[in-house]
Amino acid sequence: MVATQSRPAPEKTRSSDRDPSLTRDRVERAVLPYVRWIVIALLVLASVVPFYYMLLLSVRSIQDLLLDPGNLAINPVDISVDAYKQVLSSTSNGGQGFLTLIRNSLLVALGTVVITLAVSIPGAYAVSRLVFKGRRQISALFLGVYLFPSVVVAVPLFVIFARVGLRGSLVGLAIVYVAQTIPVAVYMLRGYFDTIPTSLEEAALLDGCSRFGVIRRVSLPLAMPSIMATALYVCMIAWNEFLFALLFLVQDRDRWTVSLGLAQLSGSIEVPTTVLMAGSVVLTLPIIALFFLTERFLVEGLSAGAEKG
Amino acid sequence: MPNRRLTLRQRDARAGVSLVTPTVLIVCLVLLVPMLWAISIAFQDIKLINIRYAGFFGQYTLDNFVEVFQSSGFWSALWNTVLYTFGATTGSILVGLIAALAVRRPFKGRAIVRGLILLPYVAPVVAVAFVWTTMLNPQFGVVNNWGTRFLGWSEAIPFLSQHSTAMLTVIVFETWRYYPFAFLFLMARLQAVSKDTEEAAHVDGATPLQQFRHILLPQLLPTMVVLFTLRFVFTFSKFDDVYLLTGGGSGTEVVSVRVFELLTSRKDVSAACAQAVILALVLVVFLVIQRRATRRWNGDS
Repeated sequence: MVATQSRPAPEKTRSSDRDPSLTRDRVERAVLPYVRWIVIALLVLASVVPFYYMLLLSVRSIQDLLLDPGNLAINPVDISVDAYKQVLSSTSNGGQGFLTLIRNSLLVALGTVVITLAVSIPGAYAVSRLVFKGRRQISALFLGVYLFPSVVVAVPLFVIFARVGLRGSLVGLAIVYVAQTIPVAVYMLRGYFDTIPTSLEEAALLDGCSRFGVIRRVSLPLAMPSIMATALYVCMIAWNEFLFALLFLVQDRDRWTVSLGLAQLSGSIEVPTTVLMAGSVVLTLPIIALFFLTERFLVEGLSAGAEKG
Repeated sequence: MPNRRLTLRQRDARAGVSLVTPTVLIVCLVLLVPMLWAISIAFQDIKLINIRYAGFFGQYTLDNFVEVFQSSGFWSALWNTVLYTFGATTGSILVGLIAALAVRRPFKGRAIVRGLILLPYVAPVVAVAFVWTTMLNPQFGVVNNWGTRFLGWSEAIPFLSQHSTAMLTVIVFETWRYYPFAFLFLMARLQAVSKDTEEAAHVDGATPLQQFRHILLPQLLPTMVVLFTLRFVFTFSKFDDVYLLTGGGSGTEVVSVRVFELLTSRKDVSAACAQAVILALVLVVFLVIQRRATRRWNGDS
């Protein structure tokens, strides 16, 4: 897209530079900075506008929206929190009961993070550091299941959970999330353990520390940034997930997650768009707040493996 | 001394096995066993009603596959899936590349820009899908309102409910949601590129675009290939985006949405499994071809 704009026009070659490529160079160097800023501005707009729109509609009244749908300005006088009231108040009060759903989502997300970390930290450490039989096969297994379509396991899991009574329970949902996030978590943590010099651990081993002592006292504290990043990523996946929540929990309103509750909300015609947008804000805000608080960790942790290609 | 080393190694091996066991166990129980079972169900005749009696073994039959291959719905869903996956994957990588190049050199507010760019990727799919459907709504969506007011559209465009635009819109949505992922990886890779070669090329008279073409792009290509593989695999079996935007209507039904419909509305567990297994097989074939191609390409250069 940039190339066509920066090709030098024929008359420009008549300028003092006899070498045409020098002119081209000059034109590119003059034009590209502008192109760059336009690109940045467009990308930021494309990213931010939908979220702004979400927020905007959530505080407008539905009549206002229908009368003037093209208005993108927030008039402080007209701000209405009715949509939020309706979303958050309990179903017995005629609301949508999202507070319960938030609690459910929080429970599932936290449970998933704790269990995933508890099993993937040791697993990642072992795969990164310790030599044992089957180590390579295990890495291959994780990569394999990571790439595996979740729709395929969705059907049998649906059946199995229905049988053992885990369908419709938050515990069952958390178990699925744990299994789905383990491969990524192990990958991220392992990449980080690989960068910690072994000499530190060897010194502690020589001082008479046991292997588990070394992990607890040396490796874990050093891997803290990566553990944080992994926790955040897992939390994000668990909070945002939709397919399994829909499959497992749809029958029992008290156990819905926020994502599922919002999706169900859109199915009923009598719910106005403003309420839907207020629900979207309720769903989005916690995860975005968490993201901005911890962005640095996450960005580094996620792209840690990128250099290796 | 050698004796002690040996025992340390043995102890490490034992520790390794015990540390890795929980992860392997969970992955096997919750992913691997269900996957094998899915394959087995695909070869049996099981509906949601008689699911109680379903097991690993039973009356194996090829009927489900025959049925799947004979239904026109499956072939169009597969075609839609391929179209959707190629469009969204290349789109997100291209936009991600442009974004990474634009944000490459430091400037004031770069960290904020990076954070804002990542928003679509971080936000929950249900919420962003609803914002998009609302924005694109023909009656009160801002896009159609502005389009008719400022861009001279003669009438509102029902982006998500007419055949000519629905698939494209879904692809644009997917590109929007996943270009940050490509951006993140390509930025990390760009950071690792040394500036020396580019400076040398500049001295030799290479223009910025020539530098990109001959110096940066070759270094970014391996990352782009990995990204393409990852995004392709994930998008190929993606369910929520299409389901939430169109419900699979207007020519956007992809295989995963079809699997879901077969399971929940037709209650045909076996047909659902058969389609899911075929989906996975197509992916495996793709991965093998892709691996071969990269290896050949690497061997050539």
